[in-house]
Amino acid sequence: MIKRTFLTAAVAVAAFTATSGIAMARDYISIAGSSTVLPFATIIAEQLGKNPSIKTPVVESGGSSVGKKGVCEGIGTEFIDIGNASSRMKAGELEYCESNGVKVTEIKVGYDGIVVANSKEGTPLVLTKAELGMALTAKVPACADGSQNFDCTTMVDNPFKKWSDINPALPDLEIRVYGPPTTSGTRASFAEMVNEKGYCKKDEMAKAALAAAGAKAKVCRAMRTDGAFIEAGEQDNLIVQKLQEDPSAYGIFGFSYLDQNSDTLQGAVISGTNPTFEEIANGSYSVSRALYFYVKHAHMGVVPGLDEYMAEWVKHWGDDGALSDAGMIPMPSAERATYKAAMADMPALTADMLK
Amino acid sequence: MNEPRKGIIPPQVAISRVNASLAARRAGERRFRTYGRIAIGIALAFLVLLFVSIFTKGIPGFFQYYVTLEVVVDREKIDPAGDLSVQSLYDGDARGIIRNALYKATGAEGRSGRKAAGKLISKGAEQRLREAIIKDPSLLGKTVAMKFALDDDADSFLRGYISSAVPEKDRRINDKQIEFINKLQKLQLISYDFSDYLIFGSASRDPEIAGIKGAFVGSMLTLAVCLVLAFPMGVATAVYLEEFAPKNRITEIIEVNINNLAAVPSVVFGILGLAVFIGIFGMPRSIPLIGGVVLALMTLPTIIISSRAAIRAVPPSIRDAALGVGASRLQTVTHHVLPLAMPGMLTGTIIGMAQALGETAPLLMIGMVAFIVDIPGGVTDPGTVLPVQIFMWADFAERMFIHKTSAAIIVLLGFLILMNAIAIFIRNRLERRW
Repeated sequence: MIKRTFLTAAVAVAAFTATSGIAMARDYISIAGSSTVLPFATIIAEQLGKNPSIKTPVVESGGSSVGKKGVCEGIGTEFIDIGNASSRMKAGELEYCESNGVKVTEIKVGYDGIVVANSKEGTPLVLTKAELGMALTAKVPACADGSQNFDCTTMVDNPFKKWSDINPALPDLEIRVYGPPTTSGTRASFAEMVNEKGYCKKDEMAKAALAAAGAKAKVCRAMRTDGAFIEAGEQDNLIVQKLQEDPSAYGIFGFSYLDQNSDTLQGAVISGTNPTFEEIANGSYSVSRALYFYVKHAHMGVVPGLDEYMAEWVKHWGDDGALSDAGMIPMPSAERATYKAAMADMPALTADMLK
Repeated sequence: MNEPRKGIIPPQVAISRVNASLAARRAGERRFRTYGRIAIGIALAFLVLLFVSIFTKGIPGFFQYYVTLEVVVDREKIDPAGDLSVQSLYDGDARGIIRNALYKATGAEGRSGRKAAGKLISKGAEQRLREAIIKDPSLLGKTVAMKFALDDDADSFLRGYISSAVPEKDRRINDKQIEFINKLQKLQLISYDFSDYLIFGSASRDPEIAGIKGAFVGSMLTLAVCLVLAFPMGVATAVYLEEFAPKNRITEIIEVNINNLAAVPSVVFGILGLAVFIGIFGMPRSIPLIGGVVLALMTLPTIIISSRAAIRAVPPSIRDAALGVGASRLQTVTHHVLPLAMPGMLTGTIIGMAQALGETAPLLMIGMVAFIVDIPGGVTDPGTVLPVQIFMWADFAERMFIHKTSAAIIVLLGFLILMNAIAIFIRNRLERRW
């Protein structure tokens, strides 16, 4: 009986030491963050993993905030080494980094266009950024519809039912736009670039009404909830399928999905530019954002392969590389040189750099 | 004859009333049955719709297009160090060798022509050539016919998803590439075969070489950890609570809590795993060990509840008989109650495991919802699981992933059906009824 008790105790001790032994060095890179950067980061990770001397990095999704917060959470192999983000780190997020004693280097890897698209069988949309914002923002000035109502001091629920209500030149179709949910970085960028900057900060009536109501242009970021804008979930493929089935609907998603489905979908011409690879790359298509990753200094040299991982980006981020094949828009060569240099020097990100 | 008492209906009246209401009551029953049939019909219709949609999309996912090329395996080119090591083959120019074979077969010339031809073949071709040489070094210096996967765009074209009627700039495959494909087809070098990549490949961003092996191994490791922890603990808890524990306030509270735990959303267990195992113990993220522990926590209540039901189903006379011939209570349990209750316990455990196999939510928190290429070699290597693989594939833009997703769903469904079938088999064959 004593023997048995002893045996049980020994097993328990062995189990405990086995589990505590895991809390040691990790020999693969751990990455998390933006689902927009994920398809590109995974291409790089896979390419790197083909080198037999390096283990393939593990890439998690979660969203830009997970990437930026995760990399700042602390130092140690239980934390991620690299955070991906489709929006730049903000001063507050950097403070969180500093409060945890984490220094990071910011690397920009390329651009991603956000497109509004519909089926090729449907009516193509040609409109300005302001018109697009007007169609999709939750509240507009009461006078925006050009009716007898000259009250330009209050904001009312968006009254536009059809595209042609905004501008008679637009299609005589009900406004029905599928887009990502609030958790998505694509949605946040779209709301900021189109609703806020494209419409509320440009349109005179909107500016006046906002000033009269004492509200900031930020309120325009809210999307309509009356059925004109429909949340279709995080899966962009679902939106693509819906558009292929329903030619009268439009959808908002990343450029890579338009690129992969260019034979069935067409992108809306926004403020005179077509969402093509060239137009996004040269900056004339304005609804696009930069993609970043943040590398933790304290993990350099501790987790093997971080230098090689960054070098792998340089190999593929060019005009003809595997990343542009997958729909990422490359940076101009001068910018590529800047960030290639940053990989070597590893300048720590400071609040001044974010201004 | 006595006057009928007040409130009592004479039999003749009662019969006539019953007869009058009979038609309505029968009609009521018929209506109810019809509603039932309609409900079942709707449920079945949805099920059929689901299966038809999964199978029509999924079956093509088990097949893909390959091209057979005459590869000249130049010793110096592929193995520069000459030691056949993995590193040497990696440094070698497998890509160039395959490209040359491809240019020869298609007759591609010029920079643009060669570039167009190069994009027809999968990036996984090089790895296939390297593996073939490691397996059979005698191939060095020979010219061999080898089958390589076509790139996903070429595959989609051959499946008829990309119409050549669409203007060239709107297609992911250009006129030149179509010309090459037609030529290869005429030479009968292109074949539509079972996709070995789907079963034996690991995760990849190139849909034509992406497979479920990594996720499958990850699932098995996670389930193994889950089983090792949850089964003994669940059975021991059930036995103690049923056979030994006194019936008092504390055991009552424990019982209520176990029942409540069975209804807790699974993502909560993930948060627990994140806080305890990664936060406090400092274990790395994304490893099947933690995944298994978290899923064990999730399946424990299921196992405990079904095990207790199985123990309760053993008639008390068995225990009385054992105790009557002088067995101790432990002997009664281990010699009689447990063997008789085991089939029921196993059934509950298998159903709990099947549930765990399909979970993604708790794994999200502990980093197993991730793109992981290397196949895990143990429970402490990063790994992912089948449903996560399906979830990730469903979100990638490349069109070929639609089929791969459905094919992976079929594999997952297959395993779930298999596990449930085993559970039913055990229940029917081994369980004793009294």
